[in-house]
Amino acid sequence: MRASIIIFPGSNCDRDMKVAVERITGRRPDMIWHKDTTLDATDIVIIPGGFSFGDYLRCGALAARSPIMESVLDHASRGGAILGVCNGFQVLLETGLLPGVLVKNKGLKFVCRDTSLEVQETVESPFTNGLTTGTSLTIPVAHNEGNYFADPETLASLEDNGQIALRYSEGPAFGPANPNGSSQNIAGILSANGRIMGMMPHPERAADPNLGQSDGLTFLKSALEGVAAS
Amino acid sequence: MKVVVNISLKDGVLDPQGRAVERSLASLGFAEASNVRIGKQITLDIDAEDAARAHQRAARMCEQILANTVIEDYEITVEDES
Repeated sequence: MRASIIIFPGSNCDRDMKVAVERITGRRPDMIWHKDTTLDATDIVIIPGGFSFGDYLRCGALAARSPIMESVLDHASRGGAILGVCNGFQVLLETGLLPGVLVKNKGLKFVCRDTSLEVQETVESPFTNGLTTGTSLTIPVAHNEGNYFADPETLASLEDNGQIALRYSEGPAFGPANPNGSSQNIAGILSANGRIMGMMPHPERAADPNLGQSDGLTFLKSALEGVAAS
Repeated sequence: MKVVVNISLKDGVLDPQGRAVERSLASLGFAEASNVRIGKQITLDIDAEDAARAHQRAARMCEQILANTVIEDYEITVEDES
């Protein structure tokens, strides 16, 4: 199982993701600088959270046009798996690999807290195959622009094609279920072929039982095993 | 050639910033203000043989990076050099 984690100037969850992935796979992921132009053979590309390029212009906009992204697009066109978390999700939307956009939180505040997520019934996908529909996961969010927006046709097609993977839901996490005003409580979506996933919650921040939370580890383990098996 | 690009949120896209400013305006007594929308302006110089060409290049820049056309509209003005 080979994973590659892309690092942009301003990425800040890359090392947490590396620790979590290595814990699961037993193999150190390749850490790829955004100015690189080639990716070695890899099973999954992970775009981590952070504030790439200081969120200048729009969150993820400059990262989406970085040199390495050509190779990431090639990987995607070959059906390669990609996971984008938080800023990584924003980058995937800016590249057009996933539909829609993440706009400023409805409450205008940076939200940093646990959220309860419900796993949805989806299109065939390595990211959800190992999880039972309806499973509740408690995973933290930390973002200012996590409010998912798409036109009504796009939202309807996401729903109809089973591309909504995670929704904010009532659960153990304290506070309103939807932390940011996201359309249809969307926390994470899939590409039409199920091979690309973007999500606002940070599974790598809930991946060490010694730190009190492990639902993120459950999610990542299931996703990486799903990718390895696909 | 001096080019000004105005980027605004499309109609129908919620602008929480604009709404917050609208509430502040109301609390300052400007009850007549409504539909506050916040956009951004990008100014740049484009090396081009004429205004039409500069406009065309600016439009490509908007489509490729300056605007996210899922939620934003853009308007390009090429200012005369003279």
